[in-house]
Amino acid sequence: MKSAEVQFEKITPKTFPKGPDSLASGHRACQGCGEVLALRLLMKALGRDFMAVSATGCMEVCTSPFPQSAWEMPWLHVAFENAAAVAGGVDAGNVILRRKGKLPDKRIPVVAIGGDGATADIGIQALSGALERYHENFIYICLDNEAYMNTGIQRSSQTPFGASTTTSPAGSHSKGQSTWKKNMPAIAVAHNIPYVATGSPAFHLDLMNKIRRAAAIPGPAYLHIYAPCPTGWRMKAELSVESSRLAVNSRIFPLYEVIDGQYILNKKVDQPIPLVEYLKPQGRFRHLMSEDIAKIEERVNHEYEYIVKLSESFVEPLF
Amino acid sequence: MSSINSTKPVGIEVSLAIAEAVKLAEVEVVAAYPITPQTHIVEHLSDLVANGELNAEYVPVESEHSALSACIGSSAAGARTFTSTSSQGLMLMAEIVFIAPMLRMPIVMAVANRAISGPLNIWNDHSDVMSIRDCGWIQIFAETGQEATDLSIIAFRIAEDKNVMMPLILNLDGFTLSHFIEPIIFPEADKVKKFLPPYETSHKLDLNNPLSFGLLGGPEVYTEARRDTDLALLNSRSHVQRIFDEFAGAFGRQYRLVETYKTEGAETIIVTIGSISETAMSAVDEMRAVGEKVGLIHIRLWRPFPVVEFRAAVAGAKNLAVVDRHISMGFPEGPVGTEVRALMYHEKERPRISNYVLGLGGRDVTRNHFKYIVEQVKSLGADKRQGGYEMVGVLE
Repeated sequence: MKSAEVQFEKITPKTFPKGPDSLASGHRACQGCGEVLALRLLMKALGRDFMAVSATGCMEVCTSPFPQSAWEMPWLHVAFENAAAVAGGVDAGNVILRRKGKLPDKRIPVVAIGGDGATADIGIQALSGALERYHENFIYICLDNEAYMNTGIQRSSQTPFGASTTTSPAGSHSKGQSTWKKNMPAIAVAHNIPYVATGSPAFHLDLMNKIRRAAAIPGPAYLHIYAPCPTGWRMKAELSVESSRLAVNSRIFPLYEVIDGQYILNKKVDQPIPLVEYLKPQGRFRHLMSEDIAKIEERVNHEYEYIVKLSESFVEPLF
Repeated sequence: MSSINSTKPVGIEVSLAIAEAVKLAEVEVVAAYPITPQTHIVEHLSDLVANGELNAEYVPVESEHSALSACIGSSAAGARTFTSTSSQGLMLMAEIVFIAPMLRMPIVMAVANRAISGPLNIWNDHSDVMSIRDCGWIQIFAETGQEATDLSIIAFRIAEDKNVMMPLILNLDGFTLSHFIEPIIFPEADKVKKFLPPYETSHKLDLNNPLSFGLLGGPEVYTEARRDTDLALLNSRSHVQRIFDEFAGAFGRQYRLVETYKTEGAETIIVTIGSISETAMSAVDEMRAVGEKVGLIHIRLWRPFPVVEFRAAVAGAKNLAVVDRHISMGFPEGPVGTEVRALMYHEKERPRISNYVLGLGGRDVTRNHFKYIVEQVKSLGADKRQGGYEMVGVLE
């Protein structure tokens, strides 16, 4: 069956899951944390019938100071760079126990969750291995807040060009981050997996349905989720959702899916808002001059048009 | 190769015998990465899975770091889990090696001991496993192919015992044991089923009983978490011997935490670990034949260290000649030598302790080496507190 034809129960405003989700209140996430917002939407989409593996990072630390745990479904943390490998192992265990009749004959989604550093930098080998090995019930969630926030806002390969961090500081000889964001969704697509998507907590139904689709499609899935960090971005906490919306509407973070290799642009942005409106509320971009912003805007439009072109090309599914 | 079902000795490479034993243990997940000299073990396991003889998931991971990570995942899912590695592989997975005991995951890992780089060297010594000495795993050294085979089954029984629940490393010397063809008696499958029932646990990821594993431990709990892991490891000692005894009852082959050989009346006792103990036994025979009062102790259980058994075994000896296959850089002694000295320091009857490092990076260890060591011990001066230390056979 083509992955695009796999059915799942879509969430609409009317069927929005009610009641508490599987992440208990009382966790220690910062005000306005985009990561924990995305995580809770994931919980609402999947309910309790899944297992989660966290990489070391903000979401792991703020949810699990012994003896407290915010996780109300089975949860495992081992280390920083290996969440994908651990989750692959959990799936292998579930698969054999199901085959032997020791578990009910039902797929259990295993969700690995990592920040951008755990995903795109130190954990990219484990992630690549897990995607390539094609674990059947494997979903990888990258919660991208664009720097190593847990250790104090150091730059990662997901830090956008021009952002000032504690290891890419702006200065008389520096514009902040000097490199462009590594394209993780494209790297995931290159593994020929059935499902890759980007998501944003400002577009919550889109995000939740992508998580449901990822769980429904057999085979590995990769979701790259935009997750504002007011603390690290030096931004007002109440702007977290707004900044997520601006990121999509300014084209800097396009929403798209790649199903069996076919790109689908979920939200066409024909008339983008000026990028400066997205950048301005964030202190990390405070030092940028108008010519710097123009340079970034040019690149953002180029990358957006690239996704548009990909979405307009028909790709015959491999399987 | 088809499956073995015989109670008569079968000539088989030890690596393959270990894989066959792991099959008899009905392992459920194997996650491994190829590294010499461990490869034959996991190659044969993947064969057994591929031809349907073993109903398991073989996860061909992209590194040793991921191998043990995946093993923690599958063990946490409640599956009986095995991996194997050597040398650089163990070094790469070291970060995760130290986490598994705290999570109390009863993973069994065969380590075909090999030198660590640099220089690059694929041959046998103990520098890989000695580098992770304090990791918290139960660590056993196999001496022979039969022992490696039996221990591959016993290992799961120990690791998964409700009183233990700890990961276990089964050390076997790379090449000099792993690649030898030895006559091996395989435990009968039906008896293994009785000795080692299927792994059942509530200590797992379970949708109906959700648990959180691997929580953050701040200064207010970290000490206790480490202490508890250490206690669990220390407490496993008596259970290891109990399970060795149960194995002996079922299969007739008795193992002990510390093995002694001709130690009665011995003035000098050689202390070894691993397969060179076999060579040392031959050397002891030859020395005994010409009147030398020499014996041998082979430490089988390295962690938790069998303190009581070891002290009892060396009681009465005047000299201990402790053999190490690893250099503790910057310290004038190998790790086994240091530990033995520490263990004996407060004893009333303290033997003179000497330490000899030899057999590094695959250099042969022969009977003559043990005779040389005994000669060196005999030639030590009158001060009984002053033992010798030497790297044996260094070419200048």
